[in-house]
Amino acid sequence: MNVVVEAEEQDWAALVRRVDRDKDKAAFAALFRHFAPRVKAFLMKSGAGEALAEECTQEVMATLWQKAHMFDPSRASVSTWIYTIARNRKIDALRRQRRPEPEDLPWGPEAEPDQAEVMTLQQESEKLAKAMKKLPEKQRKLIEKAYFGDLSHSEIAAETGLPLGTIKSRIRLALERLRHAMG
Amino acid sequence: MTGMTNEIKHHLTDALLMGYASGNLPEAFDLVVATHISLCDECRARLGSFEAVGGALIDEAADAVDVNDDALESTLRLIEGAPKDPIRIRDTAPEAETVFPEPLRDYVGGDLDAVRWRSIAGGVKQAVLPTSRDATVRLLAIPGGAAMPDHGHHGTELTLVLKGAFRDDDGLFARGDVEVANEDLHHTPIAEPGEVCICLAATDAPLRFKGILPRIAQRFIGI
Ligand SMILES: [Zn+2]
Repeated sequence: MNVVVEAEEQDWAALVRRVDRDKDKAAFAALFRHFAPRVKAFLMKSGAGEALAEECTQEVMATLWQKAHMFDPSRASVSTWIYTIARNRKIDALRRQRRPEPEDLPWGPEAEPDQAEVMTLQQESEKLAKAMKKLPEKQRKLIEKAYFGDLSHSEIAAETGLPLGTIKSRIRLALERLRHAMG
Repeated sequence: MTGMTNEIKHHLTDALLMGYASGNLPEAFDLVVATHISLCDECRARLGSFEAVGGALIDEAADAVDVNDDALESTLRLIEGAPKDPIRIRDTAPEAETVFPEPLRDYVGGDLDAVRWRSIAGGVKQAVLPTSRDATVRLLAIPGGAAMPDHGHHGTELTLVLKGAFRDDDGLFARGDVEVANEDLHHTPIAEPGEVCICLAATDAPLRFKGILPRIAQRFIGI
């Protein structure tokens, strides 16, 4: 399967919604073509051999289908959400340790994501991606090593110089709305 | 449901949130981070921003690796063969509040009343939780007004308050507050008078107690 050409304007969140609501295999295939090769690259950089990376990639993508109803586009972009699924698979399969996860925030129809919030978060995510492309090579490599490699926590440089504050504020607002809807 | 704590004053550091976002923390630290985030929307949002960095890295096409020709088909087979993800029915009316957030309950096998305590010294009790060995995590119960044994440590130490409160040089720590200490800090947390103080504490190196506990005892206790 060939790596698909960059489809920058693709509305990934809408595709995940179609997978969730309509069990739409075409939407899933489009997500798969874009994300599966990237997840596989991530797993191989994290130390998985080719065969294990292939197997885990398929499991990660299957999880995307199964947990599509959990995706909240006002709190994460699709790539961020897939990244967290892949990261958890990495911890499980490569580091062989349990992964404690924060308590879920319950959300149902009464807490449908607000479309304006979704838009802003997606725009902020694109801004972050652009800022990362502009980072000096040395700093970029360090961040890549922290996320894809095995930099221990005491070596991690948390000062990334990236515009993370705005994304944080957007997620914070979405959480407040959620809490409010929950009463 | 655990319920949110709105008055949290002491939060996780960026380095810890980034370590959790990138999946590079010892399991014992992951547990403290996940437990704090269950109580703290501020850190949940900060974590979201660090995870967005991972999302942006994964999204860059430069070095994507081709998957097998039949990968999509076998993934669809995987999906069809898997049991349906059960739709979790959420209680709209929160049931009785628990002391421990869900990730901690998973490790304890229940809430506070399920902890199997062992006395250590000065009325202090502890329960070590099973995790990978690169760091250790334990629950501590310190009687009101009592001091934690004075100690220094080699690496990072996280102390998250779940019930009651303690005070040390950095101020007052109540439910949800987390103290992040490193080797330079020699602190003596003292539980506030009254209620017992329950903490979740993780260390990535054995503690060195000064005073109260003789060295030989440390080996038996496993601190
Ligand atoms: Zn916090």
